[in-house]
Amino acid sequence: MTPQRKSLAKRLVGTNTLWIALVLLLLIAVFGALRPDAVLTVFTLQTTLVETSVLLVLAVGMTFVIITSGIDLSVGSVLVFSGVTSAMTMNSLNGGDATNAGWGVVVVGLLVALASGAAWGLLNGLLIAKAKIPPLIVTLGSFGAALGAGQLISNGSNVSGVPNVLSNNLGTGTTFGVPNLVILAAVVTALGALLLGTTRFGRHTYAIGSNEEAARRVGIGVTRHLMAVYLLAGVLAGLAGFMAMAYFRVASVTGHDTDNLNAIAGVVLGGTSLFGGAGSIVGTIFGVFIPAVLRKGFVIVGVNVYWQPIAVAIVLVAAVWFDQSRRKARDRS
Amino acid sequence: MQAAEGGGVVRERGVAVADPLLDARDLVKHYGGVEALRGASFTAYAGEVVSLIGDNGAGKSTLVKCLSGVERPDSGTVAFDGRPVELDSPVAARALGIETVFQDLAVAPDLDPAANLFLGRELRKPGVLGWLGVLDKKEMRRRAIGSFDDLGVTLQSIDVPIGSLSGGQRQSVAVARSVVWASKLVFMDEPTAALGVVQRERVLDVIRRVRDQGMAVVLISHNMPEVLAVSDRVEVLRLGKRVARFRAADTTVEELVGAMTGALSQEDAG
Ligand SMILES: Nc1ncnc2c1ncn2[C@@H]1O[C@H](COP(=O)(O)OP(=O)(O)OP(=O)(O)O)[C@@H](O)[C@H]1O
Ligand SMILES: [Mg+2]
Repeated sequence: MTPQRKSLAKRLVGTNTLWIALVLLLLIAVFGALRPDAVLTVFTLQTTLVETSVLLVLAVGMTFVIITSGIDLSVGSVLVFSGVTSAMTMNSLNGGDATNAGWGVVVVGLLVALASGAAWGLLNGLLIAKAKIPPLIVTLGSFGAALGAGQLISNGSNVSGVPNVLSNNLGTGTTFGVPNLVILAAVVTALGALLLGTTRFGRHTYAIGSNEEAARRVGIGVTRHLMAVYLLAGVLAGLAGFMAMAYFRVASVTGHDTDNLNAIAGVVLGGTSLFGGAGSIVGTIFGVFIPAVLRKGFVIVGVNVYWQPIAVAIVLVAAVWFDQSRRKARDRS
Repeated sequence: MQAAEGGGVVRERGVAVADPLLDARDLVKHYGGVEALRGASFTAYAGEVVSLIGDNGAGKSTLVKCLSGVERPDSGTVAFDGRPVELDSPVAARALGIETVFQDLAVAPDLDPAANLFLGRELRKPGVLGWLGVLDKKEMRRRAIGSFDDLGVTLQSIDVPIGSLSGGQRQSVAVARSVVWASKLVFMDEPTAALGVVQRERVLDVIRRVRDQGMAVVLISHNMPEVLAVSDRVEVLRLGKRVARFRAADTTVEELVGAMTGALSQEDAG
C-alpha cells in the first residue's frame, strides 16, 4: 500500500496554528463588534503593530530555542545590554552625544548591538551545549548578569543621545504608511520562518528537540547546532535592543524584566511545544499578537487592563494543557 | 557439538572465503561500575546474516553501539575491510557503510516518516537554494514512498509524525532507514520485537535481500526459531564476552540456549 498525503485542509486542521489564528480573529471580531469605531482604525492597528514589533523579533529567536526543547530567559536583559553598549558607543564616537550623528555612527551602533547580543548568545550556547548545564539555569544566570552588566556600564541610568536619523527613520518613520519598525520585524520574521520551515538548519532544529540522542546518532552536529540556535536568539535580542532604542529614543535599562516571559508566552500560545520538536514561526506571530490585542482591546472597551495578564495566563495554560494531552494521546509507547 | 572453530567452518562452506568484513577484538566497556563488555570479540563476513544472541544484559546493545560509533570502547580493536578503524562517531561508521537499527530506534517522533528516513542526509534543492540549505522535501517524500513501498512498510499517511504510528510501523521505518543507506553492513538490534506475524516475515525477507546483495547483516533477537531461520551463523555473548560461535545449519535451539545460559561453553570462541 502506498502511503498517501493528507489533503491540505486536513493537515491544517491538525495544527495548533490554525486554532490559535482563529482565537486571534475571534478576539479582534469581538472587540471590533463592541467598539467598531475605535478598534478597526488604522491608528489602533499601527500602534499595536509597532508595540509588538520588538517582542516579535525576540519571539522569533525564542521559537528556535523552544523547538530544541530549550529556553532562553536572558533575551530581555540582552536587549537592555545591547541597547546600552550600542548607545554608549555611538555617543563616544560623536564626542559624548550622538543626537546629531550621521549614518556611519548609526551603522557602527547597529554592529555593536548585534555583536553584544551575539556574545551573550554564544556564552549561553557554550554553557548549554558544551558544558551541558540546563538552559533554564544558564539563561537565568545570563538574565541577571546581562542586566547587571548593562547597568554597570551605564551607571544604572538610561542612555540618551540616540541619533535623530535613527529615531526618525527606523524608530518612527514609515514607508507607504507602514512603520519602518514593523517592516524590519516582518523581514526578520519572514527570514526566520524560511530558515525554520524550509532549510536543513530548521529540520535539524526540530530533530534535536524531538530526540536529541537520535539526532546525534544520525550524525547531526548537535553541540554546534545548539550553539548556533542560542547565538541566533542572542543576535536577535541585540537587534531588538537596537529597535527599542530607535523607537523610544533612549537605551532604557528598565522595563524589560518581563520581555522574556512575554516572548515565551507568545511562542507557546502560537503552538510551539515546550517539550520541543514542534512549532512554527507563523504560529508565533499569532501568539505574540494575542496578548497585545487583548491589552488594546481591554483599553478600548473600557475593561480594567489588569485583567489582561489574567486572560493571557488562562489562554496560555489552556494551550499548554492542550499540547500536553495531544502528545499523550499520540505517543502511545 | 559442531561449533564453528574460529571461522574455519564458514570458510569451508565457501560463502566467505575472504577475510572478515568486520573483526572486533577484546572490546571492553565500562559504565561507571558496570562492566558491560569484558573483552568481547565479534566477527561478521560480507554476504552473511550473523545473529548476535545472549541473555538480557549480556552486552549485545552495548557492543552494537561501540561498533556503530555511538559509544567508544575503553579498549579493544576493530578492523573493517581488513584495515584497523577508529569508530569514534556515528559519522565515521556511516562513512564506512555501516547502518544501525538501534534497540530504542533512535527516531525523531515529531518528524514524519520521510524526514526520519532522510535525517542527517537531507536532500537539498539544486542550485542557489540548495546552497542556502533549502530542502527538497518533495523529492525526499517521493523517494521515501518508493523505499517504503519497496520494503513493504505499510503506512496510511506519509505526513504524520512518526510518534503517532504504531510501534511496529515505527520499527519498520527504522529498518527501512538502515537498509536504504547501508552499503556494507547493517546492525539490527531486535528489529522484530514489536512486529506482527506479517511484518516480521517482511523484515526477515528484507534481511535476506540485503544479504543477497552482498552486505553483512547482524541480527540481534531473542526469538530462537527466527534466529535459526534467517541466520548463516550465530555468535553468543554472555556477561560481556563471546562464549560460542555456531553455524546455524548445524545447531539447535537447545544448544543456543545452553550457550547463552552458560550450561554449555565452547573453547576457542573468544
Ligand atoms: N548507558 C548505560 N549506563 C549504565 N549501564 C548501562 C548502560 N547501557 C548498558 N548498561 C549496562 O550494561 C549491561 C549490558 O547492557 P546491554 O543493553 O548491552 O544488554 P543487552 O544484551 O542488549 O540486553 P537486552 O537483551 O535486554 O537488550 C547491562 O548490565 C546494562 O545495565
Ligand atoms: Mg539490547
